[in-house]
Amino acid sequence: MRDDDPRLPTSPGFWRSPLRGTWFTSVLGLVLLVGITVLFVTGLLSYAAYNPDLAPVNDQTPDKGVLGFYLFSWPTNPYWLYRVTQGLHVTLGIALIPVLLAKLWSVVPKLFTLPPARSLAHALERISLLLLVGGGLFEFTTGVLNVQLDYLFPGSFYPLHFYGAWVFFAAFLAHAALKTPAAVRAVRQRHGDEGQLESPRPEAPTVSRRGALWFVGGASLLLLVTTAGQSIGGALRRTALLAPHGGADPGSGPNGFQINKTAGYAGIDAKETREEAWRLVVTGRDGRTVRLTRTELLRLPQYSAALPIACVEGWSTADQWWRGVRLRDLAALVGYDGDPPDVFVESLQRHGAFRRAALRANQVADPRSLLALQVNGEDLSPDHGYPARVIVPAAPGVLNTKWVARMTFGDL
Amino acid sequence: MRPRLVVGSPFQILLLACSFALAAYAGVRLLAGDWLGVALWVVGAALLHDLVLLPLYALADRAMVRGLGAAGRRQWAIYVRVPAALSALLLLVWFPLISGMVDERYRSATGLSTDGFLARWLLITAVLFGGSALLLARRLRRATKRRPPAVH
Repeated sequence: MRDDDPRLPTSPGFWRSPLRGTWFTSVLGLVLLVGITVLFVTGLLSYAAYNPDLAPVNDQTPDKGVLGFYLFSWPTNPYWLYRVTQGLHVTLGIALIPVLLAKLWSVVPKLFTLPPARSLAHALERISLLLLVGGGLFEFTTGVLNVQLDYLFPGSFYPLHFYGAWVFFAAFLAHAALKTPAAVRAVRQRHGDEGQLESPRPEAPTVSRRGALWFVGGASLLLLVTTAGQSIGGALRRTALLAPHGGADPGSGPNGFQINKTAGYAGIDAKETREEAWRLVVTGRDGRTVRLTRTELLRLPQYSAALPIACVEGWSTADQWWRGVRLRDLAALVGYDGDPPDVFVESLQRHGAFRRAALRANQVADPRSLLALQVNGEDLSPDHGYPARVIVPAAPGVLNTKWVARMTFGDL
Repeated sequence: MRPRLVVGSPFQILLLACSFALAAYAGVRLLAGDWLGVALWVVGAALLHDLVLLPLYALADRAMVRGLGAAGRRQWAIYVRVPAALSALLLLVWFPLISGMVDERYRSATGLSTDGFLARWLLITAVLFGGSALLLARRLRRATKRRPPAVH
């Protein structure tokens, strides 16, 4: 029979590795079951952290429909919340890549099995597997490219990664429901049911299955320790040898910490930020408007808050010591004394998705939410948002608008 | 005999139908923009992995094991495979930074230099291979010591 010609991948005899087997695949599968669930949950949290249901400017996926069913007001406590959830999302995602690759390697003979479908149910399962593998690789690839600012993918990252995650997770849930019981059984019994994964004519091993698992774990560990430092910061940032925001800080001194987008990149003209030129325009109840120079802002009561910058790309800074005017005090200036509403913040920045952003009332009301004028005891540098920037506890980096020009308080 | 349509587990069909419904709901939105590009990426990712990347590294591994086997050193395979695979993995994940293809955007956006990435990857690769060679040398030395002295 041609099916049994071991020169063809459709024959089980074509696959010679003595490592493949139900136990090996099951261990990797169970690791991914836990790991990908964590990735999905932290991803949904990151989506909620943008408060997409607050205002169109925050919403990169306006036609999300029921996929936004769980959205809630993103809290400001604990102030490191987004730093942890998003650091976990990106770092764990990168560390899981070897497990994903090993899992796909371990089941590749099944791609070629004949007949292509034994039943209707089996045919549907194989179509679902295309969504699982294609969707999974799509999610990992778009994520890995985005954190390296390599925007090769066909469209904007947010909708692709968000809707892609739901497609992938739909297939993932079905796969988990169908396979988890057998995987748990195989791991408990230390060997699998007679599956098609074991090679009928294995080559002599060069490594045991256990050794191969250690190798996969070691590869994950290598990625973990060369990445995690960009989210932990401090001295450990230097251990993130290949991560985009690992290694050395961009500068030294009070403003030397990591930058998401520099003033040059954002197209900020130094002429617009000079003391004589720049005015903060604050609008509030019934159109009440005040225009403030930076000197006038510095004469308002100044408060301090130690808060990190935490980026959707997974990197973050240690707490920086910000100083400036409370957002709720600015709200009070324009008629919202004691009942701070939402705020719509606009930057001098001319292009870029988040040059305008909305913050919710609970974020404005937090006493640590500032329009910062200084950081670590010095004026903000141009790259960190001079003349003034927003800093809000637990908010994703891009909602901490830099080079603020206009703030409009009121219910959005 | 004519092949008969086998339906299979109704539970599985129902479960997959639910999964497809959810995937279709999100998929319509995923494909709302450049649908062809996105479809190519999703299907292409699976095909590229299963039909190009995996066969390439499997063949490279097989050639390496065969080569060492021909030299009577099959048990050395792991000392080549581990550092080579780890180095290739790092290159795969961080290719945009290591290759310098995002140099300009990265530099102007973050204020950081991309100079170090290639050098650091090469250094890590050197350390991986060097460490592996040391372990192999230690194993060989131990094996020689353990061998009973030749009788004169």
